[in-house]
Amino acid sequence: MRTSPPLRPRRRGIGWAQRLEITALSGPAILMFLAFVIFPVVMAAYYGFYRWKGFGVPTNFVGLDNYVTILQDKPFREALLHNGLIVVLSLVLQGPIAIGFALLLNQRMRGQSVIRVLIFVPYVIAEVIVGTAFSLMLQTSGAVNGVLQSIGLGSLQQDWLSNRAIAIWTLGLILTWKYVGFAVILFLAGMQNIPEELSDAAAMDGASYWQTQRWITLPLLMPTIRIWAFLSIIGALQLFDLVYIIWGQYVSSTAGTSTMATYMVTEGRNAGNYGYGNAVAVVLFIISMTVALAYQRFVLRRDTEGALTGGR
Amino acid sequence: MATRTGNRWGSPIVYLAALLLIGVMLGPVVYIIVGGFRTNSQITVDPAGWPDPWQIGNYLDVLRSDTFWRQVGNSTIVAVATTAGVVALGVMASFVLAQYTFRGRGAMYALFAAGLMFPATVAITPLYILIKDLGLVNTLPGIILPQIAFGLPTTVIILVPFLRAIPKDIEEATAIDGCSRLGFFWRMVLPLSVPGLITVAILAFIGSWNSYLLPLFVLNNQESFTLPLGVQAFSSQYSVDTAKVLAFTSLSMIPALVFFSLFERRIVGGLTGAVKG
Repeated sequence: MRTSPPLRPRRRGIGWAQRLEITALSGPAILMFLAFVIFPVVMAAYYGFYRWKGFGVPTNFVGLDNYVTILQDKPFREALLHNGLIVVLSLVLQGPIAIGFALLLNQRMRGQSVIRVLIFVPYVIAEVIVGTAFSLMLQTSGAVNGVLQSIGLGSLQQDWLSNRAIAIWTLGLILTWKYVGFAVILFLAGMQNIPEELSDAAAMDGASYWQTQRWITLPLLMPTIRIWAFLSIIGALQLFDLVYIIWGQYVSSTAGTSTMATYMVTEGRNAGNYGYGNAVAVVLFIISMTVALAYQRFVLRRDTEGALTGGR
Repeated sequence: MATRTGNRWGSPIVYLAALLLIGVMLGPVVYIIVGGFRTNSQITVDPAGWPDPWQIGNYLDVLRSDTFWRQVGNSTIVAVATTAGVVALGVMASFVLAQYTFRGRGAMYALFAAGLMFPATVAITPLYILIKDLGLVNTLPGIILPQIAFGLPTTVIILVPFLRAIPKDIEEATAIDGCSRLGFFWRMVLPLSVPGLITVAILAFIGSWNSYLLPLFVLNNQESFTLPLGVQAFSSQYSVDTAKVLAFTSLSMIPALVFFSLFERRIVGGLTGAVKG
């Protein structure tokens, strides 16, 4: 990740008074961050080597046993596969839909600002509420099947949540509903940064609307799309709330929607195996980190500034 | 973008598509709110119907219950304390990053920026053990302290460019007037950065109000539940009383929606700003 705040040289030298100011101002934030973010992650690596029920100091050192168990455990491998599917589904569903709607909302039209607010509403609502609402709507006797029945499409009624063949697609659609607004807003902001002169010039040269979008808007939007994809991938790898709320702790694995994070919570905390749970956290961390770094290295590198980290 | 020339209304197809989009996005929200005005038998007979007649009883029951208000209280305390902590610590650290030059500044920035990549999910299991060792299980500070820490990356990333944009002339002028750098921070930076502070404050508040995973680990006692845990407990406890669950759910999303509609521009601006730098 590119992390270089631009230099703003100061004329004054750095005296003890200034050091004191720096320490006093940034100390609390750094301490909080180290204590509650960095320290736990480091401790996970330590606890992960023990078989431990979470009481007292861990004593039963088992080396890499937990990690061997994780990698051999079929439910974990399935969860990893589900995470992979969710990453792909998030990208291929949300990406094109969001680009389409951003193009749509980038047209001349009245009420654009109202529409922007409204499509952002699902993003602001709590995961618990979204989960509760969708599990009620999608149950076998729920509203979705009711609507299908009443409009004469009764044959399309499904067991949306528990049918293993479609549950993961249901999850993909729910995630799309919840998070597509965020993508649309990002893309719209990106499009409005594209100088209007470019499309005006293209129009003058006789380019059609679609040609202009294809050859001017989309290429110039790519940096924004790449950053959105990054956030989306990281989010999908760590997905927990919606799956845990809708499918509960046991059903998610039989419905084929379990994720690494739900596996971590069920096998770790809920089963009281804290050593094992921490080892799963380490695996999740390593996988996310590897994907993040690879993405930064191979995809984001071509964007001029490390846009995500705000080096301006 | 293209509003300067021609017909200001644009094509009807655009409106139709936009209308469809809004329908899909708001459908489930409307389902929750309207469903709360129905009775269970109405819901059983026609799961997707309109209230007939409208029943206000579900909402009144929820509004009269101590559980709901206790959870609203807990959520409010947690969200307000988290927001205050995130904003106070965040603006101080961002001021240092934006206005001072020192060795290790790049590393400090990288530390917070890296935190942006990892939401609390990865750290939750060891974090729970830390909170247990600190004796904070089933207490609200057990939620507040970690939330402040996890809120710092977004806050710093949004505020640093904001604080850097404060014109240097202002600082030089205050320095000539004999004002120290800290005095400059208090008298000039804080008032000038209020819009940025509001943005990060709202993001922190909504994030805290909606937070689920951390309370799920830390709060096991019904007395200390925040609203998201309350919604879940309520919906499993009254799983046969769908209408009441819908009423409870729709009442619990009001604060986030109100905050969002009041400050929508700042939230959207802040989020896109954070991502685009």
